[in-house]
Amino acid sequence: MSHHILEIDHLRHVYPDGTEALREVTFSVCHGESVAVIGANGAGKSTLLAHLNGHLLPHSGEVRIGHAPVDRSNLHEARRTVGMVFHDPDDQLFMPTVYEDVAFGPMNLGLTGVELQNCVAAALRRVDAEHLAGKAPYNLSAGEKRRVAIATVLSMSPDILVMDEPTNGLDPYARRQLIGLLKDFHHSKIVTSHDLDMVLEVCERTVVLSQGVVRADGPTLEIFRDEALLRECRLEKPLSMQGCPVCGK
Amino acid sequence: MASVHGALLDLKRLDQLAAGDTAVHRLDPRAKVLATLVFIVCVVSFGRYELSALIPFFIFPVCLIAAGRLPAGYLAAKVALVAPFAIAVGICNPLFDRTVLVHLGTLDITGGWLSFASIVVRTALTVAAALTLTALTGFTSICRALVRLGMPKAFAMQLLFLYRYLFVLAEEGGRASRARELRSFGRKGSGLASYASLLGHLLLRTWQRAERMHMAMLARGYTGTFPAAQVGRFGAREVAFVLFWSALFIILRLYNGAELLGTLVTGYLP
Repeated sequence: MSHHILEIDHLRHVYPDGTEALREVTFSVCHGESVAVIGANGAGKSTLLAHLNGHLLPHSGEVRIGHAPVDRSNLHEARRTVGMVFHDPDDQLFMPTVYEDVAFGPMNLGLTGVELQNCVAAALRRVDAEHLAGKAPYNLSAGEKRRVAIATVLSMSPDILVMDEPTNGLDPYARRQLIGLLKDFHHSKIVTSHDLDMVLEVCERTVVLSQGVVRADGPTLEIFRDEALLRECRLEKPLSMQGCPVCGK
Repeated sequence: MASVHGALLDLKRLDQLAAGDTAVHRLDPRAKVLATLVFIVCVVSFGRYELSALIPFFIFPVCLIAAGRLPAGYLAAKVALVAPFAIAVGICNPLFDRTVLVHLGTLDITGGWLSFASIVVRTALTVAAALTLTALTGFTSICRALVRLGMPKAFAMQLLFLYRYLFVLAEEGGRASRARELRSFGRKGSGLASYASLLGHLLLRTWQRAERMHMAMLARGYTGTFPAAQVGRFGAREVAFVLFWSALFIILRLYNGAELLGTLVTGYLP
């Protein structure tokens, strides 16, 4: 048995209007690995993520989670294994209070009573949001919403955490807090982002998507040093790897 | 769109009031919902010329506001906001109904004016009761209570989603409208046509959001029913609350409270 927990194999997806969003995507993720998927707008990142929990099904190729291909028959299992944190927390926080939102997944999995309370409390504690339990989602700041959205997924104890642009729209403090949080998780993680400095800190491995194919897959630092590759894929070096803006060194 | 934004903040304030911790706040929501329902039924079931018998009913919102330590001025302003609608409904009555029903000294009061006043008072009563209920209980708890009292779950879900996304939708709409205003330089822009397309876009965006939300719900094991909420207790205090108020409303409905009080005070006078 290999130690791969997620395998994406020759994945291809065509939207009903004929757009070929993914042409040929192949890579796999091991236990405990943090992988960044980066690429320009329209490179196919969101389409790829939608395949990971079976919201979209491939036209050809396969997504395998723990060796079982994701199809209609095992969607529930796939959705529990892959915890998806959405791009816009407002889409994800739909219950009247934070507590109920975090409890939504575990309740659907059949938890009740003290077990449920402990599970919710533990998830909120991990994102440092216990004090928000009784609040309504529309009364939270962007940073708080993001942390609570992560808690809603953590409470289902997924094997893989998938995050779509987690630092988008956060102020520097909230962003720093989130990066600290992500570094602390020993989950397998897949993160898409345009915040390449965050990628540099959080993910040891990076997959570069461009026009529906994997252009590069390797250690993050190596990829960010390859200026030609980055330019070709409409990306650029993270700011922390560029010269000082005053002296240029 | 400052007004919409202001209205939203106001709505949030109503919700925050429900976080209070007085004895009436702690009552099971079902008790408060039931009492308010009886109140509304009693108030609206009076005859059209009834005015004096309605006045004692103000005791309910007044007592709850006092016991719940709610800001009375704020709630009164909310009730006043609805007054124009009531006035619009009743304003024609004095014109059509000119039979004189009451003589106050030399002043003749026609049936039209009486029924007009009755409509306004009834609106004030029912709206005040509904607002007090919301400020004491919170919108979501009211929905839950209604489900536990037998309302179909699908309705409750619709209401809860409506309430949750009202804020998001209004903010989106506000932004779009401000963007339109900023580029129309005080002129009409392309008038109604631009509003039509703005609304269309808003609808499409809402649609897409609904799809993403559904995706988020599925991702967390949603199978078509919402998990049951935690149970509250309908104890002796709740029963006493419902019985006391319901009995009072029914008595006030059957006997004119204002008149009774009047005879009590003046009955011994010659």
